[in-house]
Amino acid sequence: MNRVAVIRFPGANCDQDAFHAVRDDLGLECHYVWHEDTSLSGFEAVFLPGGFTYGDYLRCGAIAGRAPIMDEVKRFADEGRPVIGACNGFQILCEAQILPGALLLNAQEKFVCKYVHIRAENRQSIWTRGVEKPLRIPVAHGEGRYVVDPETLARLEDEDRVAFRYVDSNGELSDNSNVNGSVSAIAGVLNKNGNVLGLMPHPERAARASLGSADGLQILNALKLVTANH
Amino acid sequence: MATVRVYVTLKPSLLDSAGRTVAGALQKLGFDELSDVRIGKMIEMQVEPYSEARVKEMCDKLLANPVIENYRFEAVTA
Repeated sequence: MNRVAVIRFPGANCDQDAFHAVRDDLGLECHYVWHEDTSLSGFEAVFLPGGFTYGDYLRCGAIAGRAPIMDEVKRFADEGRPVIGACNGFQILCEAQILPGALLLNAQEKFVCKYVHIRAENRQSIWTRGVEKPLRIPVAHGEGRYVVDPETLARLEDEDRVAFRYVDSNGELSDNSNVNGSVSAIAGVLNKNGNVLGLMPHPERAARASLGSADGLQILNALKLVTANH
Repeated sequence: MATVRVYVTLKPSLLDSAGRTVAGALQKLGFDELSDVRIGKMIEMQVEPYSEARVKEMCDKLLANPVIENYRFEAVTA
């Protein structure tokens, strides 16, 4: 059984949501790892939870992205193991340059907290394979507008690294569905090898039908996969 | 001892939604001459000894994100 590390940073507030989704809904072994630790030995997958690490000071995820544990998360990512960052976890992965781009203040200047629909664009990665229908998953962020320079965006498209886009309930792109004004309505991106996923929506808050949606499990199931080189 | 002021600004190509909100508020207050507002940050630091290369390193490593921001800095030595 895979052991999943949920990294704990000061100011994160979705670490327990992530822990319970992984342990109780996925049925995996799960442990917290402190951000000042320097080893992920004994783990097969990593979850960077959401929240407001370091009060979002300087930039969202900027300080957490340079925490001692992040060198190890980078190594983990390079080895092809599953790494997911949701919301602030996505911002941290971008600030750590494990994923390209950055997250800016929402275009409509409002904190947005609601269910949205996202459509899997890439269908090959461990996180998105088998995701046929739009997923209904909550977002809760003020700074989720994904931006990236045009050259990198073209490369992301070419390399099939756009994991998810914001869509309407029919799975169609529309002006209203792009909840934060992200470039090309991007909700989540992959690293080059497809083992690292960053996304603004919260799959860990959609891991049980009794909480409103279990669609997040379709993404989180990738944490069950054992990688080749472990 | 040098006082270093680092100015970090959002790249001009990016929408500054906070700046747009402030512009709207100023216009509502009657400042019709205003056409655009962009918000950056100023980070003031005391360093001893001062080295331009070291401050540049601080900016590149943490203070500014090259994906979205530009920076410049000035140093005043006492």
